[in-house]
Amino acid sequence: MLEITGLGHSYGDHHVLRDVNLTVAEKELVTIVGPSGCGKSTLLRCIAGLIAPTAGSVVLNGTAIDGVPDGLAVVFQDYSRSLMPWLTVRDNVALPLRRRGLGKGERRAEALRALRSVGLEDAAAKYPWQLSGGMQQRVSIARALAYRPSLLLMDEPFGSVDAQTREDLEDLVLRFHRDEGMTILLVTHDIDESVYLGDRVVVLARDPGRIRKELTVTLPPDRDQIATRADPAFVRLRAEVGRLVRGGAADGGAADGGPADHLASE
Amino acid sequence: MTTATATAPRRRGVAARLALGVLHRWLPLAVLVACWEAATRIAGSVFFPPPSDIVRWMHEIWFSGPVGRLFLTEQAGDAIGPSLGRMALGLAIATVAGVAVGLALGRSERAFAYLDPLVQFARVIPPPTLVPVFIVLFNLGTQMQVASIVFSAVWPILLNTADGARSVDRLQMDTAETFRLSGPDRIRYIVIPSALPKIFAGLRLALSLALILMIFSELLPGTSDGLGFELTNAQSQSDLPTVWAVIVLLGILGYLFNTILLAVERRVLGWHRGARKADA
Repeated sequence: MLEITGLGHSYGDHHVLRDVNLTVAEKELVTIVGPSGCGKSTLLRCIAGLIAPTAGSVVLNGTAIDGVPDGLAVVFQDYSRSLMPWLTVRDNVALPLRRRGLGKGERRAEALRALRSVGLEDAAAKYPWQLSGGMQQRVSIARALAYRPSLLLMDEPFGSVDAQTREDLEDLVLRFHRDEGMTILLVTHDIDESVYLGDRVVVLARDPGRIRKELTVTLPPDRDQIATRADPAFVRLRAEVGRLVRGGAADGGAADGGPADHLASE
Repeated sequence: MTTATATAPRRRGVAARLALGVLHRWLPLAVLVACWEAATRIAGSVFFPPPSDIVRWMHEIWFSGPVGRLFLTEQAGDAIGPSLGRMALGLAIATVAGVAVGLALGRSERAFAYLDPLVQFARVIPPPTLVPVFIVLFNLGTQMQVASIVFSAVWPILLNTADGARSVDRLQMDTAETFRLSGPDRIRYIVIPSALPKIFAGLRLALSLALILMIFSELLPGTSDGLGFELTNAQSQSDLPTVWAVIVLLGILGYLFNTILLAVERRVLGWHRGARKADA
């Protein structure tokens, strides 16, 4: 459903991304992991149509992306800035539904349904800033769900919440992926998270940002925070992803032109 | 968080603090008025009537009317009504125009590039100097007066709105874009709400400017009603109590309008204070 071909993005001489090729199938959950500065977020913003890539193409459901495509939702890391503080939780979730030509009552009903599915119907009348960080990120997930996107993009969605909340939210995403068959592309810098959530893990290298390797996660689809993380297959995969991510930063000097080259270009 | 047992004494504390706040706020004024009263009584000058006389006179000329007219006299109807009407009309036009142009300037770099020099030039012109121009354009009378009020009040609203619209959070706009909100929806649900704190700051400045220009435009010949006319009229007849009454009334009106605006702001921008507190 998503095909990225020869995607590149550069500012002048500085290549943020170079020749990225990636295909995401319907109902797949793909995680993208990489060291900081590898262009993860840039890649996601290109797919979302928020920035135009300088090379290559992104095709979503057979249509080349030029501007923000239809049927796509993004959950950003910074929930406190992506939710509108002047709208109640319910109105925040209902806002994107204006595009769907629903009446006010229907929009609110849909919003409440989405909030119920993330366990936040009691907070509907509150304002986002009255909620904890984890709850706010639940609201932005609910907002994306209510929109019923064919592709859900998540940009380090759990980077700003505490560990316990993070695990809860990870399981929430897995539940939606399994129950609703939603196609999800999730960017993270957390190696464990990329393996725990993904059907497939895409490891990026930096300078310039490019795909180092794609790994298929062989774990069973039903995952458990304790049992899965103790599974030898998980441990092995995590180690491999870890080596790829860290190796990209350490031995990158010889293969990629190195940090000196990067400095010179700035 | 407070427990239930701690709430009761705390509430009494709030009441006491409130009373103390009122006292702090009004005490200096009360002392000042008392001093003024004493000084004017001792001096006995006809040019400086004591405050109590001014209040008595205000009551007599404006507020001793029938109950059916809210105690307003006919003279009050001729003086206060037209003035406030013009000011309200002028402020309304200035707000609509200022917010509309401000949003355009804030959201469109091209509009900003074209119009900013013009705006900067126009806003530094002291509005009273343009009154002769408005007299030529609109003749003497209400049109000219409203135009003067609009021209003075529009700038702080326009510039503040532009500033607020320019500084909408990037991520909020990205969010609106990924959910493909339409242009008008973006303005209504994202840009205006996030510019609203700035718009209110502009409105407060505009309010005091409108009050000044309301009076100033009524001091000119060709006016036959309004507080400014009452003032010049009283002056020409050496009617000092009325002159003072107008001055005091203007002070009270200014204070009243600002209080009303603050109350509206507190209601409309409740989210803003809450969000800021949550951030801290």
